[in-house]
Amino acid sequence: MTAAAVSDSEIAISVEGLAKSYLIGHDTHARSRDSFRDTMARSVRGLGRTALAVARGRQLVHGDSVEEFWALDGVSFEVKRGEVLGIIGRNGAGKSTLLKILSRITEPTRGRAVIRGRVASLLEVGTGFHGDLTGRENIYLNGAILGMTRAEINAKFDEIVDFAGVEKFLDTPVKRYSSGMYVRLAFAVAAHLEPEILIIDEVLAVGDVAFQRKCLGKMRNVAAAGRTVLFVSHNLPAVVDLTSRALLIEHGRVIANGPSREVVAQFLQLMQTPAGTAADLSAFRRDYRTAGYVDIESVRVNGATLGTATLEFGDALRIEVDLAVQRPVEEGIVNIVILNGQLEPITTLASVDSAFSYSLPSGRHTIHCDAGPLPLIPGDYRLTIGIGQMGRLSWDVLETLPGFCVGGGRNTAWINWPGRPGVVLFDRCDWRVADVDQAFVKAALRR
Amino acid sequence: MTAKVSLYEIVIVPGGAAQHYWREIWRYRELFQVLAWRDVAIRYKQTAIGVAWAVVRPLVTMVVFTLVFSRLAKLPSDGGVPYAVMVFAAVLPWTFFSTALSDASNSLVGNANLIGKTYFPRLIVPVAAILAALVDFGIGLLILAGIMIWFGVVPGWQILFLPVVVVAVILVTLGPGLWITAVNVRYRDFRYVVPFLVQLGLYISPVGFSSAVVPEKWRLLYSVNPMVGVIDAFRWCIFGAVSPLYWPGLGLGFLVMVFGLGLGLRQFRKLEKSFADLL
Repeated sequence: MTAAAVSDSEIAISVEGLAKSYLIGHDTHARSRDSFRDTMARSVRGLGRTALAVARGRQLVHGDSVEEFWALDGVSFEVKRGEVLGIIGRNGAGKSTLLKILSRITEPTRGRAVIRGRVASLLEVGTGFHGDLTGRENIYLNGAILGMTRAEINAKFDEIVDFAGVEKFLDTPVKRYSSGMYVRLAFAVAAHLEPEILIIDEVLAVGDVAFQRKCLGKMRNVAAAGRTVLFVSHNLPAVVDLTSRALLIEHGRVIANGPSREVVAQFLQLMQTPAGTAADLSAFRRDYRTAGYVDIESVRVNGATLGTATLEFGDALRIEVDLAVQRPVEEGIVNIVILNGQLEPITTLASVDSAFSYSLPSGRHTIHCDAGPLPLIPGDYRLTIGIGQMGRLSWDVLETLPGFCVGGGRNTAWINWPGRPGVVLFDRCDWRVADVDQAFVKAALRR
Repeated sequence: MTAKVSLYEIVIVPGGAAQHYWREIWRYRELFQVLAWRDVAIRYKQTAIGVAWAVVRPLVTMVVFTLVFSRLAKLPSDGGVPYAVMVFAAVLPWTFFSTALSDASNSLVGNANLIGKTYFPRLIVPVAAILAALVDFGIGLLILAGIMIWFGVVPGWQILFLPVVVVAVILVTLGPGLWITAVNVRYRDFRYVVPFLVQLGLYISPVGFSSAVVPEKWRLLYSVNPMVGVIDAFRWCIFGAVSPLYWPGLGLGFLVMVFGLGLGLRQFRKLEKSFADLL
């Protein structure tokens, strides 16, 4: 009994079978041709369900069938007091959901977690910062949001200002700050938190390199001071550097739990396995988008699903992007980057070049991009697709999707000299010798 | 071990947020103060004319209502008190109610970022928004004092009950405020309901007229609107015996207020745990 109590106090976080599900809706029949009557009947059924959901105060789900999606599916682990644990995984693997549950922002569907100690979570720098308030006011606001008492903020105020280097601008509204200053101030407040347990999500990926180094140094001090840290990051070198142990999460499950160096190596291996035909685009989705406007639902290259199209040199390239528009949008643009197998960008197809933009009502729409004859050498190509408003909003960004394959079978140029240096081919060049016209020279001399 | 072992222990289980609800709110009281202060600071920093807005709005309403209801409709005032003062004494609690209701109903959506990234009892966001509206109300009270001096209205001992009425108007606002705030997160259409409700309420509440003009047989039914009781009580505080209290109506208004408060809190707590997923 006593032994159990001792080991209990040495464990800062224990998580048992934590799971979280969301409901997602689908339009299963929306694409097939059916009668107006069927469509009407479905709409009425949908309306009935909506009304019922409203009445019962339950989640509203779009579409005619509902799927349960487990963002987190039975996660268990323990963190000892004073341990720094890294959490890695692809986008959408469930890392953020895990942190949100441990920060009590959202509730788990199943399972249990026990946290012993004062927790502070830092899922973003500058949460609650308000542009109209001054630097000084924002320090107090942000500090309170992060869970500091006014006395604590008073005690650390000078240190925070010093760390951020914004003494001169303390009474300036932060909307007039440069983005660098803003981030420095935001991080400075966070860096002076002194909780027993710190939960951090990807916040080191901000600011300039010098400031990032300063932040990493601060993180190291936090760890050295014997505090427990949970650290989610895509910065793998930082994970290896700062943490002793790491979890690898994939599809909502912990698939590796061990020394960080080994787990990071395992993660890199996982990332290298070709995604093949990408039915699930969410693995490629980047979280720096503004969700809720337009989602890219699927992408086809010359009519074939992603990763399956094989083209020949000179074939016309057509990329179709299916969009699910959640709220009406205007002045949308598309950028498609074609990358080679080494993930080097080859070219960018930008809709603005052709003065193309789209304004769409809610619903499903498809954008076609006919890019003309393909000048690419044989090989595998990937696509990065971004949609949004010029210089304003990114609605959706899918990075390094498996794209298409260019074959070398029909192209005589390639057959003549396969593996030649370069990434594009011009095989219809007009070659000739252009000597000076002798007759013209003679005539000129005679004159 | 350098870190001191603390006594804090948080157990996270499905439905766990419902336990220790009020204790949690007490623990976050400092954040509550800071959020209320922020709402006030932003309110006066963002609008170009700042405080002037809090002065102009009730004054203009007073002038228009006095013209329409007194000069055109020839409605009587309570015991001969100046009509403008009588209107202003109702415009004040009404403006508080309408401002607080619309600020509260947008408060969660406006703080979506905060809710998605940090934990705290969500209740403090709409309540802070409602309390921030008290600053406008305070400015209004100063104007009222000025107007009373101008018209030579001297309050009686009843003015001592003003704080009670202020608490009542806050509680009357809190019920529907919390209900709409919570529902607005899930069904954003509700943000269109609030301006409509407020506009309609202005005419069915005794703002531009005395509730004494309502026929006696309808008076109790009229008092189902809890703002009727609040406004009557407010006038009673200012004018004393010439604006007598209608006790059955006041009692009914009180019951409606308690009912609304219970309903609002229940709805808010029911939906609270899903806010972060919906915003």
